[in-house]
Amino acid sequence: MTALPEGTGRKLGLVIDLDICVGCQACATSCKEWNTGGYSAPLSDHDPYGADPSGAWLNRIHSYEVTGPAGGGRTVHFPRSCLHCEEPDCVTVCPTGASYKRAEDGIVLVNPDTCIGCKLCSWACPYGAREYDHDDGVMKKCTLCVDRIYNETLAEEDRVPACVRACPTGARAFGDLGDPDSAVSRQVADRGGFDLLAEFGYKPVNKYLPPRINTVAAEPAPAPEPVAAPGGSTVEGFFAWVDRALSGRGG
Amino acid sequence: MHPAYSVILFTTASGAGYGMLFWLGLAAALGAGPGPGWTGIAALTLALALVTLGLLSSTFHLGHPERAWRALSQWRTSWLSREGVLAVATYLPAGLWWLAWVTGLWAGAVPLLAGLAALGAVATVWSTAMIYASLRTVRQWHRGDVGPVYLALAAATGALGLAPFAAAGPAAGPGWVALAGLAALAVAAALKWRYWAGIDADPGRFTAEQATGLGALGRVRPLDPPHTQPNFVMREMGYSVARRHALTLRRGVMLGLFALPGALVALALALGAAWPLIPALPLAAAGVLTERWLFFAEAEHVSQLYYGRARA
Repeated sequence: MTALPEGTGRKLGLVIDLDICVGCQACATSCKEWNTGGYSAPLSDHDPYGADPSGAWLNRIHSYEVTGPAGGGRTVHFPRSCLHCEEPDCVTVCPTGASYKRAEDGIVLVNPDTCIGCKLCSWACPYGAREYDHDDGVMKKCTLCVDRIYNETLAEEDRVPACVRACPTGARAFGDLGDPDSAVSRQVADRGGFDLLAEFGYKPVNKYLPPRINTVAAEPAPAPEPVAAPGGSTVEGFFAWVDRALSGRGG
Repeated sequence: MHPAYSVILFTTASGAGYGMLFWLGLAAALGAGPGPGWTGIAALTLALALVTLGLLSSTFHLGHPERAWRALSQWRTSWLSREGVLAVATYLPAGLWWLAWVTGLWAGAVPLLAGLAALGAVATVWSTAMIYASLRTVRQWHRGDVGPVYLALAAATGALGLAPFAAAGPAAGPGWVALAGLAALAVAAALKWRYWAGIDADPGRFTAEQATGLGALGRVRPLDPPHTQPNFVMREMGYSVARRHALTLRRGVMLGLFALPGALVALALALGAAWPLIPALPLAAAGVLTERWLFFAEAEHVSQLYYGRARA
């Protein structure tokens, strides 16, 4: 049934620290590696080693430049995946009941056996978190590694999503965001964790921690080298023209 | 949004079919207009054929068309599911009505069956529109006038399709169906004009700063993309038509879908002749296909804030 549960016992999700993510793509590749053999298998690729590669991935890592009001930019690496929202329309618009939110832990999943591949859920998601698998004919999305986190055949330290296990800087944490005393909830409270597009109203469970404000004043930019002024003698004029031509400022 | 040809054909063909079914059903329920003669049967058959063509075409964009029957199950929450249920439900009275006319039996039941079919046609077109209008992610769709535009265009194209049959029937001349078509064309043109003015005046509520939550630090622009080639989200949700082309196409719609067919129908009424109704059909068909293409191509999706769009 695509009606949302009244509430979920737990709210399992991720906390992503934008201050320390280095944009290495380890979480994205680890996600692809696990999920192309797990619950979401296959995650098909087209022309993966050619000139026009494409494929279904559940985690995408953007890099943004943020320019402050006083100038001075900083680079923020920004992993983007399903946020396992509390009130998402991607579940309610599904005509078949394939898209659903689990009452016990809040994970949003797609049943690959009943999905008809109409893509309407991807239209309903403002986060672009769902990707269509052209070979499999069904929609793919982050499962929060539902086939790892409860998997008792894995060592206990491996019972976290593949992206969390892979992150070399510890920028990703997994836990119950419905429990105010959990490590992830405390981290969100301490660091001022926020929702993406809170104004949209889907109530994402995943939280992002903001980049810390840089307290070290940026060094002033070095003054540009003086350029020979046009005019003067013919020889000076000639070298001024060469200088302009070589530094790509036209002749 | 990517304008998928199967969905454009689906919404326009089924819209025209349901429009014909509506006017024909209204006429049969009230005992007016094309009756159980060959013109009535041919019109009813064409209406059902257009509806069926549209519904079949809508399954072409599915990853698993063989599972389409599952879409009838979630009518409590999903407008797509409601549309499926209503489309199937409308076939029941419409099919029995067709049988009644073809066999000449159950003449007493025809007004009821035709009335139910007309009602089903309105409800199905409304739910088609609501599939789009209910999506908060696309501001060009999440509007109160999207439903009325779909209804008015279905009524207009349906009346244009029915008018030649009505004119060929025993009650000679273009008659009330052509008048209804003229009125529906005028209403649809006014609604569409207002729609375009509305989406042009709306810059979008959401920004890249809200999408990334980085607004406190400053202005956000993409530096390195997450993938070298477009992915599904960019191809499906990132399609956008150049403003210049959109304006040209809007003028084409105003001319081809509204002004010229309207003038031809008016000419038919003035002359009391049926022939101007024929050239109105290809003009309106091309016009409504362009209108529906623009409905998708001009729609901007919030997810594109992550891919460089500043507002959506």
